[in-house]
Amino acid sequence: MTFTIPIDNGDSVKTAEADSQRTLYPYVTGTSIVAIKYKDGVLMASDMGGSYGSTLRYKNIERMKAIGKHSLLGASGEISDFQEILRYLDELVLNDNMWDDGNSLGPKEVHNYLTRVMYNRRNKFNPLWNTLVLGGVKNGESYLGMVSMIGVSFEDNHVATGFGNHLARPILRDEWRADLSFEDGVKLLEKCMRVLLYRDRSAINKLQIAKITEEGVTVSQPYSLKTFWEFKAFNNPTAGAEGSW
Amino acid sequence: MDLNLDAPHSMGTTIIGVTYNGGVVLGADSRTSTGMYVANRASDKITQLTDNVYVCRSGSAADSQVVSDYVRYFLHQHTIQLGQPATVKVSANLIRMLAYNNKNMLQTGLIVGGWDKYEGGKIYGIPLGGTVVEQPFAIGGSGSSYLYGFFDQAWKENMTKEEAEQLVVKAVSLAIARDGASGGVVRTVIINSEGVTRNFYPGDKLQLWHEELEPQNSLLDILNAAGPEPMAM
Repeated sequence: MTFTIPIDNGDSVKTAEADSQRTLYPYVTGTSIVAIKYKDGVLMASDMGGSYGSTLRYKNIERMKAIGKHSLLGASGEISDFQEILRYLDELVLNDNMWDDGNSLGPKEVHNYLTRVMYNRRNKFNPLWNTLVLGGVKNGESYLGMVSMIGVSFEDNHVATGFGNHLARPILRDEWRADLSFEDGVKLLEKCMRVLLYRDRSAINKLQIAKITEEGVTVSQPYSLKTFWEFKAFNNPTAGAEGSW
Repeated sequence: MDLNLDAPHSMGTTIIGVTYNGGVVLGADSRTSTGMYVANRASDKITQLTDNVYVCRSGSAADSQVVSDYVRYFLHQHTIQLGQPATVKVSANLIRMLAYNNKNMLQTGLIVGGWDKYEGGKIYGIPLGGTVVEQPFAIGGSGSSYLYGFFDQAWKENMTKEEAEQLVVKAVSLAIARDGASGGVVRTVIINSEGVTRNFYPGDKLQLWHEELEPQNSLLDILNAAGPEPMAM
């Protein structure tokens, strides 16, 4: 997107076309999002961290937001791009409401819109540096999908972004079932989030879990998970092998 | 602009914005450097946007100046049109608009702070990239690296105006002690319902930290003050 800066040098006004944007680098980033379908709808979990390189700079960022009445968007990657996407979606929802025709955007539609946005930006070599997870329930049907920054888009029963791809997916493949209760779903997500907390350097111990059902979208209050360090082997691991780790 | 993907560029300066019970306190050091040379040892990095909103600037001096100039211009028009003072949120969002849409070219991190009648004292951090984060306190610039731990421990909700300003001055002073790109004096700006107060704390009036010595006029004073054999081991 170009931004014109008017330059007034006295006798004539020129406009300088700002450098056409090319691939950027992320600055403030969010880490994994993990989401699953369960009996009554969709559950999604994320931590509240915004990393600035290796610094855990922001610890109160909400990376999951309700979209309209039926959907929830979770984002990992560059937070400023996520904020911009929320602005686009705000406009989408506004226009949808203005029709006032009793219809409302469902998760399928929102996912499709995001896919188009992400893919078209990718084609212009100016991606929105995010991996997005879109979950929702409309007319009794649960929906869960994701879109990456290069426009790869798909639906599944369980999804994870970033480190979650490597750490959470195997757990979900093993333990996910279609008829998970809310409690079991939360426990499954917490199991994934705990592993991420142990093994992802950019994870922080402050998370939220969001639930989408036919009734609507709720995002939990922030909370922290207990961690376990009392393995005997952790106690004195280099005894007898000084210098090892 | 060839930046390392993993570690965002740290920027010369220490800037801080803190909310307290009734308003905000903004603080900054006063060093502007060109490479290793201190081009200005008494700069003013806390810039006015409106009567009730100020911004702390860090990073490229030119970029931060031009962004704040544009936003001051926009806010001036906005205030005329609105018929009342602009809110801190609007000011922050205008900064965000420029910062985000020009993210490829700008290298500036900003902290917007002010007071308006709707939300009281508010602080918004706008780092590289154009993310906006509303926070009870914000730190920025290269000197801020040394302050994360300090604020984690020292920050409390609902401080008084005096406590908040003392915290800011102490923090900038600590950052100056360790960050080569920060130095000079500590400037603070306090904004609340009553108005704006600017304060100035010269470098030699600040508290001494670890391995810092009391400034003297000359060694000769020390030698004369001490007894016989002052140069003995």
